[in-house]
Amino acid sequence: MSPPVLALSNLSAISDRDRAPILRNVSLEVARGETCGLVGESGAGKSTIAKAILGILPRTIRVTGGEVKFEGADLLKIEIGPLRRLIGECIALIPQDPMTALNPARRIEAQLTDGPRLWRGLDATAARALALRLLDEVHIRDPDRVLRSFPHELSGGMRQRVLIAAAFALEPRLIVADEPTTALDVTVQKQILRLIRNMQSAHGTSVVFVTHDLGVVAQICDHVTLLFAGRVIEAGSASRLLDRPAHPYTRALLEACPRYDRPDAGLRPIPESVIADLYAELGQSGATP
Amino acid sequence: MTAVAAQRLIMAAVTLLGVAIIVFVLLRVVPGDPIAMMISPGATPADIAALRAHYGLDTSLPAQFFVWLKDILHGDFGTSISLHRNVLGIMAERLPATLELAFASLVFAALLGGAVAVFGTLVSDWTAAPLIDTVNGLFLAVPDFIWAFALVLLFGVFLPVLPLSGRIDPGLDERFVTPFYLLESLATLRFAAAADVLRHMVMPMLALGLPLASIITRVLKESLREAMVQDYVLLARLKGLSRLRLVLQEALRNAVAPTLALTGVQFTFLIGGTVIVERIFAYPGIGNMAVDAVINRDLPLIQGLTLVFGALFVVVNMIVDLLVVATNPRLRNG
Repeated sequence: MSPPVLALSNLSAISDRDRAPILRNVSLEVARGETCGLVGESGAGKSTIAKAILGILPRTIRVTGGEVKFEGADLLKIEIGPLRRLIGECIALIPQDPMTALNPARRIEAQLTDGPRLWRGLDATAARALALRLLDEVHIRDPDRVLRSFPHELSGGMRQRVLIAAAFALEPRLIVADEPTTALDVTVQKQILRLIRNMQSAHGTSVVFVTHDLGVVAQICDHVTLLFAGRVIEAGSASRLLDRPAHPYTRALLEACPRYDRPDAGLRPIPESVIADLYAELGQSGATP
Repeated sequence: MTAVAAQRLIMAAVTLLGVAIIVFVLLRVVPGDPIAMMISPGATPADIAALRAHYGLDTSLPAQFFVWLKDILHGDFGTSISLHRNVLGIMAERLPATLELAFASLVFAALLGGAVAVFGTLVSDWTAAPLIDTVNGLFLAVPDFIWAFALVLLFGVFLPVLPLSGRIDPGLDERFVTPFYLLESLATLRFAAAADVLRHMVMPMLALGLPLASIITRVLKESLREAMVQDYVLLARLKGLSRLRLVLQEALRNAVAPTLALTGVQFTFLIGGTVIVERIFAYPGIGNMAVDAVINRDLPLIQGLTLVFGALFVVVNMIVDLLVVATNPRLRNG
C-alpha cells in the first residue's frame, strides 16, 4: 500500500484567547485517490483541520502538538516561502460560498489562470487553452463566453463549477472541499457533488471533504472521520460507519437525519445523555477542559 | 445611459444657477461698495451717481441679475471693475495656472496616499504598523495653509532650495503660446523651463496635496483592510500569489470605489484651498486673483470666479462618477 497523501497525527490546538482546546489528539490519514469525509457539528474542529492543512490557521489558534504531514513533509514546520509554493502547486481548496470566492472585479479567465501562469510559467495563449479545457471538463457550455465574463454574470452553480475547474488547474495531489454544496440549491448540489466525484476519480486526486451533512457523506466519501468537540469520535469506511455505527453519538447523529425512505419517522434530536457521556469521556481522557 | 447623462447635465446646470444666485445676492447684501473703491476723494454726488449708472448698479437687484445672467449665457462675463478688462479673458489667462497646480497636487496626493495605504496593508502584521496610522493622523490634522508656512520656513528660509513665489523665474525669458506653462514646456521639450515651472510648483503642491494624501491613505487603507479578508483574497493566497499581488491585483480594485468618491469631494476642497495657498506663494492663479477681487469689491470678477469654481466642482464630480463606474464591472452595463 502506498503511503498516505495526508497524515495528521495527534494534532492538538488551543484557542490563544481562553486556552480552550480546539483539537484534541486528532489523527487521520487520506490515501491516494481517496475521498475522506470530515464530519461534525459546528465547533467540532473540522474547519480548523482544513485550515491547518492549507496553512491558514488564524493567529488566535495555537497548535500545541502533533504533525500535519503532506507526502511526508510536516506542513507545520516548513518555511513560509516554500510552504506557499507547495500549497499553491499541490493543495487546492474548493470553497464553501461560490458567491464570495471569486473576485468581482476580475474576469474568469484571469482568475482561472493565475496559478498555472505563476507556477507553470504558461503564456497567455497556453493558459487560455488550459482554461478552456478545464471549463469543458466541468461541463460548462460556451466556455469562451464564460472566460470573458465577470463573476456577477454567472449563476451560483456556474461559479462553483468555475471554482472546481480552478482547483484542478494544477493537477493538485490533495483538494480540500469546505462544504462546497452548502450554499447551493438542492438540485444544483447533486450535480456539483457528482462533478467533484467524477473529477476526483478521473484525476486520481485525494479529497478532504468537510461537511456536516451525512447524506453528502454517503454519496461521495470512501472514508469518514467523525469529530465532536475537537476529538475524533469514530473513523472508518463510509459504508461501515453509516451502516453499523459503533459509537452511540454516531448512531444518534444518524437517527437525527431526515430520510426519504421513512418520511413519517420525523426527526429525532440527539439525546442529551449521549452528549453528557461524550463530555464525561473528554474529561476522563485527561484533555484540558 | 444617455438618459442618465442628460439628467446629470440638467443637475449640473441647476447647481450652477444656484451658485450664481447665491453669490449674486450675497455680494449685494454684504457691506462694501465697488464704487466707493473707485472714486477719487473729490468726486461729487453727481459723479458717483453717473458711475453707478454706468456700471448698471442703480437698477433693482433682480434686474441686475437677469442682465448678468443673459450676458453670461452669451459668453460675456462683464468687465472687471478693478482691472478694467474682460472678466472671461483674465480668467482664461489665470485658470490654467490653477488647473496645473490643482491637478499636480491631486496626482501627488493620489500617488503618495495610495502608496502609503498599500504599504500599510502589506506590513499590517508588523508590530510597528500602527505607527503609520498615528503619523497619518498627524498629517490629517494639519491644514494646507499651515503646511504652506512650514514649507516656506523649511525650503525657503532654512534650506533655501526652492523659489518662494511666482510661477516661473522672470529671468528665464521663456515665451509661452498657451497659459498652460507646464504642459506646453513639456510638449515642446523645453525641459529647463518645465523644471523651473515644477520647482515653483513644489511647495504649493505639497501644501495642497499633503492633507489630501493623508485622507486618501486613511480611507483606502480601511477599505483594503476589509477587502483583504474576503474569500477571494484567501483563495488567491492559497494559489501562492505574493502578498503584494494580493493587495494590488485582488484587493485594490475592489477597495478603490469609496476612495474615489471621497477624493472627488476632497478635490473640490483642494481647489478652494488654492485661494489661500496661491496667495501665500504669490502664485498667479484664479485663487490668488479671487482674494484681490474680494478686496477690491470687484463684483463681476468675483461672480465670474465663483462660477468657475462651481463649474470645476461639477466637472470633477462627474469624472469621479464615471471612474467609479469604470472600476466596478457590476455597474458598467447599467
